[in-house]
Amino acid sequence: MNPIDLLIATLQLRLGEYLVSVYGSENWVFVVRDVLTVLTISTFCLLIVIFLIWLERKVIARMQDRLGPNRVGGRYGLLQTVADVLKLLTKESLTPAGADKWAYNLAPLLIVMTALLMWAVIPFGPGAMGADLNIGVFYILAVSSVSVVCLLLAGWGSNNKYALLGAFRSVAQLVSYEVPMVLSLLIPIILAGSMATEAIIGAQYIPFLFVIPLSAVIFFISALAETGRTPFDLLEAESEIVAGFHVEYGGMKFGMFFLAEFIGTLLMSALFVTIYWGGYTLPLVNLVLGVFGLPPIDLASLAWGRTLSLPIFFGKVFVIYFVFIWIRATLPRVRIDQMLNLNWKFLVPLSLVLILVVAIVDKALPANTNVWAYSGIMLLANILIAVGAIELLRRRGRQERAAAEAAHDDELADISAEALPAAHH
Amino acid sequence: MIPLSWYLIVSALLFSIGLFGLLARRNAVAMLMAVELMLNAVNINLVAFWRYQTPEAPAGLAWAVFVLTIAAAEAAVGLALIISVYRRRDSVIAEELDTLKF
Amino acid sequence: MTSQQVIFIILAVITLASGLVVVTNRNLFHAALAMMLSFFGVAGFYVLLEAPFLAASQLLVYIGAISILIIFAIMMTRRLMSTDESPFNSQWIAALFGTLLIGGLIIFVIVSVFSPFGDIIIANSAPPSLAVQESTVLLGRSFVDPDQYVIPFEIASVLLLGALVGSIAIARPEKES
Repeated sequence: MNPIDLLIATLQLRLGEYLVSVYGSENWVFVVRDVLTVLTISTFCLLIVIFLIWLERKVIARMQDRLGPNRVGGRYGLLQTVADVLKLLTKESLTPAGADKWAYNLAPLLIVMTALLMWAVIPFGPGAMGADLNIGVFYILAVSSVSVVCLLLAGWGSNNKYALLGAFRSVAQLVSYEVPMVLSLLIPIILAGSMATEAIIGAQYIPFLFVIPLSAVIFFISALAETGRTPFDLLEAESEIVAGFHVEYGGMKFGMFFLAEFIGTLLMSALFVTIYWGGYTLPLVNLVLGVFGLPPIDLASLAWGRTLSLPIFFGKVFVIYFVFIWIRATLPRVRIDQMLNLNWKFLVPLSLVLILVVAIVDKALPANTNVWAYSGIMLLANILIAVGAIELLRRRGRQERAAAEAAHDDELADISAEALPAAHH
Repeated sequence: MIPLSWYLIVSALLFSIGLFGLLARRNAVAMLMAVELMLNAVNINLVAFWRYQTPEAPAGLAWAVFVLTIAAAEAAVGLALIISVYRRRDSVIAEELDTLKF
Repeated sequence: MTSQQVIFIILAVITLASGLVVVTNRNLFHAALAMMLSFFGVAGFYVLLEAPFLAASQLLVYIGAISILIIFAIMMTRRLMSTDESPFNSQWIAALFGTLLIGGLIIFVIVSVFSPFGDIIIANSAPPSLAVQESTVLLGRSFVDPDQYVIPFEIASVLLLGALVGSIAIARPEKES
């Protein structure tokens, strides 16, 4: 056992292969390897939240022309979140009187657990993922549906009617937006012919973002709603109501809900990058290289490929994450009826139509179609559906406005009819 | 290596627990939960037999998926009925819903 | 004992113990939580049986949908939920004996046919090998294959639609006329 080799194996993210090469392929080697993988991924997720919170506060502050954290830990307030976490940790851990102790204390643990479990199938590099399940995307959807249970647990366990009402609203939102999310994720699955995340990345000769942009947009909107971020943060609505389902939580128990929300948002960015933007690979760079007749960069065959793929992957993830923050700083909050109408009357029918069209186009084109022609036709179909949907919305909006104006005019006429004789006298 | 019979025994025990719950609980919602346990026990059996006897034909898997679907339909309709009964009779105790006896 | 057997026994204990809690607990909400744990154990069995699609479906349908529905029903009818009364009805002793009889009979048959700890009567050995990738593909193809399950599949979807419409119609409050 050579410490230098171990260090190199760690840096190249090949720890598992190193363990097998040194200790052989006994059962316990795999157990140790899997435990190490779990520990690495969860520790990473928990630690990066500290950075994410700082990033969010800083970016929002700059967008609102403020400074943001700037005292603790140097000019840029880098240690502000560490101080916040220490504060949360040192607070008293309360359980309200009359609360259902089991449900109340279980909910924060379970919600962080589900948020961490979803990372198992996100590939950080070629072969560098928790578990290469052949049902990868479906696994994420299945695990994320468990988080709904945690909200109900928290709402019920708190023994507070506002917490329960908040939980009902949150569940309504999460369950509704699961539908367009599943439907929009089906489309890249149809294109890739697999639910495994690695296979979906491998199928992206041209990133799916440019092949099926409508699906990407629907997924992004439902991801916003699933993570409960602005403009869909009406379940928390910190500036209007107190907190929603976690109103009775304090200290680190509250912190864990917060933690799960940030891990969930980062996961949605990672999922978006994996499914629509080629994950850790560089499809766009490879396309440009292909134009000049150069061979594409294959990270799997490079010695340091896995290490190299990490900055590529996280660069992309943070671009998407920035968009999440950007939207939070830009858009106002929607009302609950607007939220449900947008989902059931717009996103769900739209994604159903999209699935129908994509499946038909996919079957209608012969199997040996050029990838460029295939992507072009797909893109055209997407744009046509998007234009049609927007046109429908516009007509509907116009009709509503005309109806409202007509009603208003009638009212004015009534008022003047009553007012005129009075003025005459 | 896990013998097939282990799965069958666990499934039989889970089925019996569910059966007892269905027969003995007072609350209709609890009876529905017991039915779900029984359906799960059946599913374990289906999948275990598929895996051990005919892994090349997905009959057991397919029927397990159908059981899942029907369980979802059953839960939706059953709970709607319970809520409707609760609104009319102000009770979810199965023994008290005995109008048809007279 | 192999690691798989250890996992199996842990899962079996979780599933059965939480199943017992489901049928005996006075607090319905806790019973529903135990039911979720039991479903989770069953999902574990599916993983052991190399049916990952079914395991994920179990999480999505049973824990993500059915349990939520049941918890909603418990909350809506909670005014009647008292934790002091007995959770059982008047016939519970008869039910216990009947269940023991039926359960004992099933287990007797299993033991006499398979003889889990002794000599083998029917093939009770390791399962035939299976590529994990295959089971999901196999299942997916069988659902769209006219020779296999395409008709049951379509009927199941119609059934779901019917259940959806029916449950909305039943549970909707009557309009006051």
